Amino acid sequence: MYSIILATASRYLLLLLLMFSVFLLFRGHNEPGGGFVGGLVAAAAYALYFIANGIEAARTIVRFDPLRIIAVGLLMAITSTLPSLVAGERFMTAVWFDTGIPLIGKVGTPLLFDLGVYFLVLGITLTIIFSLAEEDRS
Amino acid sequence: MNRIIMLPILLPLCTAVIMIFFRRSIALHRILNTVSTALMLGASLLMLGSVRSDGILSLQVGGWEAPFGITLVADMLSSIMVVATAFIGFTTALYSLGAIDRKREHYFYYPLLQFLLMGINGAFLTGDIFNLYVWFEVMLISSFVLLVLGGRPQQLEGAIKYVTLNLLSSSIFLAAVGILYGTAGTLNMADLAQRIPLLDHQGLLSVVAVLFMITFGVKAAIFPLFFWLPASYHTPPIAIAAIFGGLLTKVGVYAIMRFFTTIFHGQDASFIHQALLIASAFTMVVGVLGAVAQYDMRKLLSFHIISQIGYMIFALAIQSPLAIAGALFYIIHNIVAKTNLFYLSGLIRRIKGSWDLREIGGIYRFYPMLGVLFLVPALGLAGIPPLSGFWAKFVVVKAGIDSEHYLLVGIALCVSMLTLFSMIKIWNEAFWKDDPRGEGGVEGEEYLRTPSVKKAIIVLPIVMLGCLTVAFGLWFEPFFELADRTACELLDRGAYIDAVMGERS
Repeated sequence: MYSIILATASRYLLLLLLMFSVFLLFRGHNEPGGGFVGGLVAAAAYALYFIANGIEAARTIVRFDPLRIIAVGLLMAITSTLPSLVAGERFMTAVWFDTGIPLIGKVGTPLLFDLGVYFLVLGITLTIIFSLAEEDRS
Repeated sequence: MNRIIMLPILLPLCTAVIMIFFRRSIALHRILNTVSTALMLGASLLMLGSVRSDGILSLQVGGWEAPFGITLVADMLSSIMVVATAFIGFTTALYSLGAIDRKREHYFYYPLLQFLLMGINGAFLTGDIFNLYVWFEVMLISSFVLLVLGGRPQQLEGAIKYVTLNLLSSSIFLAAVGILYGTAGTLNMADLAQRIPLLDHQGLLSVVAVLFMITFGVKAAIFPLFFWLPASYHTPPIAIAAIFGGLLTKVGVYAIMRFFTTIFHGQDASFIHQALLIASAFTMVVGVLGAVAQYDMRKLLSFHIISQIGYMIFALAIQSPLAIAGALFYIIHNIVAKTNLFYLSGLIRRIKGSWDLREIGGIYRFYPMLGVLFLVPALGLAGIPPLSGFWAKFVVVKAGIDSEHYLLVGIALCVSMLTLFSMIKIWNEAFWKDDPRGEGGVEGEEYLRTPSVKKAIIVLPIVMLGCLTVAFGLWFEPFFELADRTACELLDRGAYIDAVMGERS
């Protein structure tokens, strides 16, 4: 069922929700939030867009193959473990940069790991949503 | 040196991620899968060598100290199990090259195999109970997908039983973890080993121990919790069935071994050992009786897994150093022989086009060498000297007699006879008798279409595993020495606790 109100709103909501998901991601280290919640919110944003505009439109706007997003997320998570090895610390020890970046705060490997989780959750949820949508259509 | 503990977990993870990136390039998947498992085998052997010469390795992940963070521990037991996993992973990688169809390869067969190996290795190497739960889930979820890959109705039917019972056991596991944490305030295995004798709530701890026994009993397919195994293991393609049959149940046995030597011990655990003894007798008998009645090769072998688990549990329940060493040797011998038999049944099916022993025959006339390759693991499993099974059973039986469990020893020996009988049944039906369809040798179309390079790749792992079965038998001494050292280390526990709790980086 096509609703012009939802379709119009979803375009703006998509952007807002994605921004909110990134906010949740950065907030996550010391406060409620983090990669998992952020990824879910981002996936929910695309899910809303899909409900309003159909599967084809949603696939176009995601642009990447969700499976590739999963792989990127996993790769980021693995990469976040490398600095600990280079620094000669025990495996997966967090490595932080001394200077912080405005708005984001301190930057280190846990952020990269969280980013990996973000993409992983986004990719998996999108894969599930798209597969179910295809199933429904056929 | 202790960073090497991460390798058996990281290698398959990285490989799987690269494979997902290049999902369309199946050739790359095949190469990566083979190379990665070979590297894993090398790394695990290195780890075993290091543990053997320098003692237990431990790694506090992320630099969080022992009772608070996650610890990875490689003691003798873990390292040996990881070596076995890597070896079976490598042979399965080879066998899959020849035996897995294109469609499954496109649907992430190889990445899933890597994730499965990662889960198994993680379960062997972790020193934290909640982490063990997580690795179990990694392993189970990969195995769920591998089980249904292909989507035939028969597979889905088997998977429903497999998934339901395993999820049930996982929730029991989680409940037990919760109660244990509430009682003891820690989930680190070494820390628990120290604290449990000092706790007030010994009654509650017995409940937790029983819950753990049920959980791992389901995973290891002990009587009366084995129903899911024969209902599901015959449904996936043989390469998957082989790695399931060879390795997955042994992870359950490993967990029982770890829990009821390192963590729960002393007078409190004697009740558990009684229960395990009784369960082991039923497991041996029911498993082998189920096997004798089957005519489908895969079902026959699936029931055999259960029966063999009985021997391991029997040895574990005796708890003497000799018995633990015997149990470990038994696990390794069984992983090798059982996986090999699954491969062979796949090859027989390929040649003759059927799983049903009544419909096939006459293989010996045309492929006498295949007969030899079959007899090695088959007689090895039954326990004919000089093959590995003889020593495994000899040690277990000796430990049983030493501890005066005469009835159980009697049962074990009778079950051995029945095992031999069921192996001879496969031999008689598939190899010896004439093909009931006449003409002396009808070959399956699948086999005729298989190019000879693929045939060679399928036979290679069978030969490798067969050689290992013979080697275990002929050079029993060095292998048993390893097992013996492992048993002493497990029962002593001091070294394990020191390696984890005493600060070493």
